[in-house]
Amino acid sequence: MAVKKIENLSSYQLDVLREVGNIGAGHAATALATLLSDRVSMSVPKLEIVDIKDAAMVLGGPENPVVGILMTLSEDIKGIIMLVYEEKFLNVVIRTLLGKNIDGLNNLSEMDLSVFMEVGNIMVGTYLNALSELTKLNIGVSPPDICADMAGAVMSYPVSIFGMGGDKVLMIQEHFSGSEQITSHLIMMPENESLEKILRSLGAD
Amino acid sequence: MKIASGDDVLITYALGSCVGTCIYDRGANIIGLSHILLPNKNAGDNNLYKFADTAIKELVRSMTAKGALVSRMQAKIAGGAQMFTNATIKIGENNQKAVIEQLNKLGIRIIAADLGENYGRTMECHAKDGRVIIKSFNRGLRDI
Repeated sequence: MAVKKIENLSSYQLDVLREVGNIGAGHAATALATLLSDRVSMSVPKLEIVDIKDAAMVLGGPENPVVGILMTLSEDIKGIIMLVYEEKFLNVVIRTLLGKNIDGLNNLSEMDLSVFMEVGNIMVGTYLNALSELTKLNIGVSPPDICADMAGAVMSYPVSIFGMGGDKVLMIQEHFSGSEQITSHLIMMPENESLEKILRSLGAD
Repeated sequence: MKIASGDDVLITYALGSCVGTCIYDRGANIIGLSHILLPNKNAGDNNLYKFADTAIKELVRSMTAKGALVSRMQAKIAGGAQMFTNATIKIGENNQKAVIEQLNKLGIRIIAADLGENYGRTMECHAKDGRVIIKSFNRGLRDI
């Protein structure tokens, strides 16, 4: 089956994709917990087909201050993977790893930014490893790119990329939260052709 | 795309690489705001409001239908940032160019612009006097 429109995926296929996200996120949550020496719980993954103009809504509204870490997927799976961290989460990360506090997202140091990128790298790496093992597909990933700004502006890049092909985007989304109610989101947006490959590799085409 | 008059205020939130275009006809007290995502419409996509070339034309058409005159229209534009430094596709820059080109083509003067760099902007447009306020994360408020 060719995935021409993501709106046409069956509920079984959506379940399969949700489960794929679940397994990947389980690994990423473990990695994060090890890093922060904290308990990290994970939501049931949300799989949403959203109108591209509403993509920032899932991140607490367009003006919510966040740090976004963007990586581009290549080889068998093409698309974008993004980690979006809310302010409180970043504070816990910096406190745990660097032993200091940050006062807002306006004046992050180079060091803070590279710590976030590295945390992002680790989470995405484990997520994709699990996904790759499950599907037997090769997944290449670019080095991380980072941006601290309003959620809507951070999302504008992936939204524009997907906007070239239509008005809807499939987001496989996870929340991770620690003991302090800190939240981060991992969002994977595969291209339609890659969705097809994932489903085929799992016998759900 | 939104159009207003009287004392109304139009807002578009968190423009990143997108470009917001505010067109104002002071004489008719009509203001319009478009928020575009990409420079040029591709065949087969029917969403006129997403692309600079079609969205601006559509905004001007709708404003004219409400009594605005193209000869009196003035534009203020904002956005077109590059949020991620390594991004290979320069969407923000292409969006800026496409919006400016379209406004030039329609003969609408651009009287203020706050474009580019690497930060998000919220744009607030006042129908009463054509004032446009740009809100950003670490640069405070700015009137353009």
